[in-house]
Parts: sequence; structure tokens; C-alpha cells
Amino acid sequence: MKNLEELRKLREKAQKNIKLRSQDAKIKVVVGMGTSGIAAGAREVLNKFINEINERDLDDVMVTQTGEKGMSSQEPIVEIREENKPTIVYGEMNPDKVEEVVEKHIVNGKVVEEYVVSVEEE
Amino acid sequence: MAQRLNVLVCSGASCLSSGSIEIKKKMLEEIKKAGLEDEIRIIETGCMGPCELGPVILVYPDEILYKKVKKKDVEEIVENHFLKGRPVERLLYKSPETEKLIKKHEEIDYFKKQKKIVLRNCGMIDPESLEEYVALDGYEALGKALTEMSRDEVLKEIETSGLRGRGGAGFPTHLKWKFTKDAEGDQKFVVCNADEGDPGAFMDRSVVEGDPHTVLEGMAIAGYVVGASKGYIYVRAEYPLAIERLRKAIKDAKEYGFLGENIFDSGFDFDLEVRIGAGAFVCGEETALIHSIEGKRGTPRPRPPYPSISGLWEKPTNLNNVETYANVRHIILKGGDWFASIGTESSKGTKVFALSGDIQNTGLAEVPMGTTINELIYDIGGGAPEGKEIKAVQLGGPSGGCITKEYFDTPIDYESLTELGAMMGSGGVIAMSQDTCMVNTAKFFLDFNTFESCGKCTPCRVGLKQMYKMLDKITKGEGEKGDIDKLVELGESIKKTALCGLGQTAPNPVLSTIKYFRNEYRQHIENKKCSAMVCTDLLTYTIDPDKCKACTLCAQNCPVDCIDGERGVVHEIREDECIKCGNCYDVCPFDAVIKTTGELE
Repeated sequence: MKNLEELRKLREKAQKNIKLRSQDAKIKVVVGMGTSGIAAGAREVLNKFINEINERDLDDVMVTQTGEKGMSSQEPIVEIREENKPTIVYGEMNPDKVEEVVEKHIVNGKVVEEYVVSVEEE
Repeated sequence: MAQRLNVLVCSGASCLSSGSIEIKKKMLEEIKKAGLEDEIRIIETGCMGPCELGPVILVYPDEILYKKVKKKDVEEIVENHFLKGRPVERLLYKSPETEKLIKKHEEIDYFKKQKKIVLRNCGMIDPESLEEYVALDGYEALGKALTEMSRDEVLKEIETSGLRGRGGAGFPTHLKWKFTKDAEGDQKFVVCNADEGDPGAFMDRSVVEGDPHTVLEGMAIAGYVVGASKGYIYVRAEYPLAIERLRKAIKDAKEYGFLGENIFDSGFDFDLEVRIGAGAFVCGEETALIHSIEGKRGTPRPRPPYPSISGLWEKPTNLNNVETYANVRHIILKGGDWFASIGTESSKGTKVFALSGDIQNTGLAEVPMGTTINELIYDIGGGAPEGKEIKAVQLGGPSGGCITKEYFDTPIDYESLTELGAMMGSGGVIAMSQDTCMVNTAKFFLDFNTFESCGKCTPCRVGLKQMYKMLDKITKGEGEKGDIDKLVELGESIKKTALCGLGQTAPNPVLSTIKYFRNEYRQHIENKKCSAMVCTDLLTYTIDPDKCKACTLCAQNCPVDCIDGERGVVHEIREDECIKCGNCYDVCPFDAVIKTTGELE
């Protein structure tokens, strides 16, 4: 270890590994992972979100999961929750749509209207 | 692929002993079965604190805490939670007052009232991973000290912080460092006292097991200030996991160059070594500890000279406790002023306490200095089980004393506790309810101290033995008038004349229980009565002939056959032969066996 610069480089690398434990998330992506959700491909959707968000280094986005939401016909269901904003619920998601939602909604703050199945006020 | 869940399995000693390793193994299997091995990472952490709830599992990013997890629960957790996103409710924590399920661990009262500085990483990171430590600002303080601060600037920061020794006596840390720094010597040493020996204390073990690098970093900074190139960590052999993790941490730190030669290109060399103690309590005393590291018999010597002037191999040696070193990096990173803003006028920062005894939430808790005993044992500890009242707490272990409920609103700091006849000690807090006999408790601690006395000085070796004999007599119903005064007189003179800290504090548990519970002593001596029903020799078992159904169950369970009667003939205990084991009392389905204490009036 020669200097603080070198230490900070090591730290940046290491922080990726503990991100799940230390982040202060502003946006929460919740994927419905009930039986019907999984059958409809929720796991692929969930993993796509995780990978997209990691590749783009979005530190303030947390991806988590929940059980059945009672909208089986529109699975996989994904909610995007943000403080002081209504929760946006997307339906019939797939990995391609995930990429779009991450790009437009999460990064640029523009809701992708055509996939929205409901909007839940706080 | 990136991970989406971090599952933290507590592998502090308490959770380990209740099976956390088995749970981890099973979890790995189940995760593999479900095909989730790329998405979920399992991490063994150090102690998370709420040992009562163990084995504990914490799932990030949602921070869901599972309590009392058993091997058979694992499949359900993996299937329902990890795969389908539904946390297993029956394993979540329930608020004792509202009966409401609490999912997020930070909303649990036990965590809410705490302020974590020393324990910040414990239960959060994999203690065997240097990278995880670095990710949470590890070794930044050492780098800052070595590359941007002079030795005096570091010392000044420690002085501003007001940090005092966490081993018990509370000596200002910056003064100790300064004495060693200013002492003349071609070679100087830094030593860490991890010889935690108080019954009921496990703070240091948890820090070392849960976050070993934080101790290493604190020691290296101390080494820089005092001018030492070599350090020793003295750990007791009864802490094998702590030893293993320390050794791994030292090895990794050397590999990365946080220990070794020319650290941060500053010209500063520092090397560390673990030394294992054989478990003698007296080796927690600094001069005995130093003798033990030198390979000599672990006995104390008179001071002065203090170790700062003449310590290890007669060289200037800075000796601090685990928790003291663990605070250092935070002070360097956030500044002495920040640290000094926490706590009371005379005692700054936080203190880690180990809660045990008659208390619901046994475990580790870190609170700001100045927190009251009430807050510690009720808000965090949850009070005694079954709604019982806590009549006293014992602070400072076998060297400390008890504090009664009248003083529970006292803010905890070094001075306030000493005034009450107890002491901070290393931070063991033992809660005692009405079911605790104070005479017996004092006897327990004195027995410990008598056994651990190294025998070098007479007051401790002979005096403690005599005190113990007197206490033993009292608990057996053979106490005589005047015994209490004799105990006080002898205790006071041992305190004044013993060679080291062990002897000088050993009478404390007796003296403080006499001070606050003299009446219990009197009852034992004058009425042969133990109200807590603990001292077996003072109990009498009889059978109520009206309630006895003559079922012979008690007679069958009596190990000495002292119960007369047969089926249909009411039973009777032959008192002179009774060994007061209590079996009959426990097995009688009709509550016909009566337990009494004291001479019948």
C-alpha cells in the first residue's frame, strides 16, 4: 500500500461487494415473485434489473422482491417506488422492457406509460 | 452475474453454539437446489448483538431479521422468501408490547436506542475479508495519519476526543500514548489487552471476532504516535475463533501492506503478533500480562514504573484494551470534536455493554456514555423475563459492585458508577431479579476471585480465602453475629493492601452487596432465611397432608429415599435426611410439597 490513492481504488472495487448492505436507496424496484409471477418469467425480470442497475452503477437504486400482488393476469409485475412520488406499477414485463424502464424511468425519470398497469398514490 | 441478496448469518459465539454453522450449510444446499447460487451470497458475520434471539439471520437489501432460526426452517426461508419474496412471518421479530411484526431490524427497540461506533461493522461485514473492511473506510484513518498528519497532530486529535481506556479504569488514552511517546528507549511496543476474563463479559471477543481489522488499525496508529515498530495482541486461549480471525487479519494486512515495512510509503514500519494466554484472570492486569508475553509466570509487580516507561522487556510499552483501539480510527476519520460531542462531561463516546442475567434481551449493546441504567436494562434489555422486577445490576464483573433500582436513573459514566460503589469495568452488566440472592451472588464472585488470585501477595491470597469462608458459612446457615462487620473490615483492608488491581477490587462485590442489601445478610445470619430461596441449606421441604394424594411420585424421585408413605398413605419428608435437592417440589402434580425458608416462628 503506497498511498491513499491506491487505498481508494481498492475501496471502490470492494464497495461493489457490499453495496446491498450499505446503500441508501432513493428508488426501490419491487418485483412480484409469487408462483404465477415466477411462472410468467419474474426471475428473469428480477435478474435483468439487478444486472442493468449494476452495469450502470446506479448506487441509489435497490432491487427487491415481494409475493403475489393479486394481478396474476399481468405478471410479471414490477413496482417502482420513490419517496414523495406515486408508485408506478408495470405489468407483463420481460427483460427487453426492463432495459427500457431502467433507461427511461429510473435513469431519466420518465415513466414508460405503455407498460403501466396502475399508479398508486402514496 | 450481480447478486441481489446478501444473507448475513451471525456466527458470533452465541449463535455458533446454537447451530448457525449448520444453518449456513443447509442454506447453501437449499440455494443450490433452487438454482439461486449466482443471485444470493451468504456471509458469515461477527456478533450482531441480540444473542437472545439467536441464531440470527439478516437479509439485505431489505434488512429483514430472522430470529431463532432452526435448520428445519431453512427450506421455507429459501423457497418463500429468497425465491418468492415472502418473508417467513413466524420467524420475524414481534414487538413485545404491540405484538406487531417488525421486519426491518433497525426498527427493533434493541437496535433503535443504540449508537454504534465500535460495533459499526460487527454483524455487517465478513470479518475474514479485508476487502469488506476497506469498503467501509477501513485503513483510511491509518493512511490519513501516516501521510497527512504528524505524530503530534494525531495525539492532539485523541486528546480532543477525550477517549479514555475502555478496559475499566478509564485512564485518558492520550496521556498513556504521550508517556510512551516521550519515554526514552531504542525499541518501543504497543500491546492490546484482549484477555477478557470477567464472567458475563464478551464485548472484546465480539469486536475481535466481528471486526478484527479495526483493532489492527487502531494499534498501528498508536504505534505511529508512540514510535513503536512492533505490537502484540494478547488473547486468551478460550477464544479460538478470535485468535484464528486475528491471525488471518494480520496475514491479509501484511499482504496488502497495511502492516509491515514502509506502510503508505511513510517510512513507518509496524508488525503485529498474536500471543495466547492460558486463561488466568490475573493476566488481564497489565504488568502480569506483560510478564506472560515475555514467557514468564503471569504475576503482577508493583507500579511504578508504569509500562509506558518500562513495560515489555523493560521497554516503553503502550497497553490499551480492544475497545479503546477500536475507537481510534473513527476519531481520526471524523475528528476529536465529533467524538467529544457524544457522551457526558467527563466520559466521551460510547461504551459497549454485555447484558446478561435476569434480562430478556441478553446480548451486546453499544450506547452513548450518559445513557441511564434504566434505558440500558429496560429500553434495550427489555427488563426481566415474566414481568419480574430487576432489583439490582452488577456492573464491572468480579471487580465491580451492584447498583440498586433506586439509582437506575443514573447516567452511566466512569465517575457516576465509581461513586455508587460499582465501576465501569470492561462493561459486563448482570441483571438480578427478586430470585437472586445477593449473598450467594457475592459468594460466586468471591469464589471466582479467590480461585484466580495468583498468590503473590498475602492480602489477596489469604484475605480473600477468609472472606470466602465467612460467606460460605453464612449461606449454610452457620453465620454468627458480627460476621458482617468482620467482612467489611477485612474487605477494606484487602483493598488497601493488595498488590494489583485484582486484589484491590476483589472485595467490591461483597462490600457493595453489604452496603445495599445488608438486610439480606442479616436474614441469612439471624433468621437462617434466604428470601430468594437460593441458598439450599436454608430451605425446608415439607408435605401438606391435606393436599397430598399419596401418589408416591415424590418418593420415587427422591435420590436419598427420605420420603415415607405409600400409595394411599400420606407422605412425609424426614427432614434430617433431606438433601434439599428440590426434586419432590418439582415433580408433585398437586403442589403438596411446600418450600419454606427461615426459622419457624
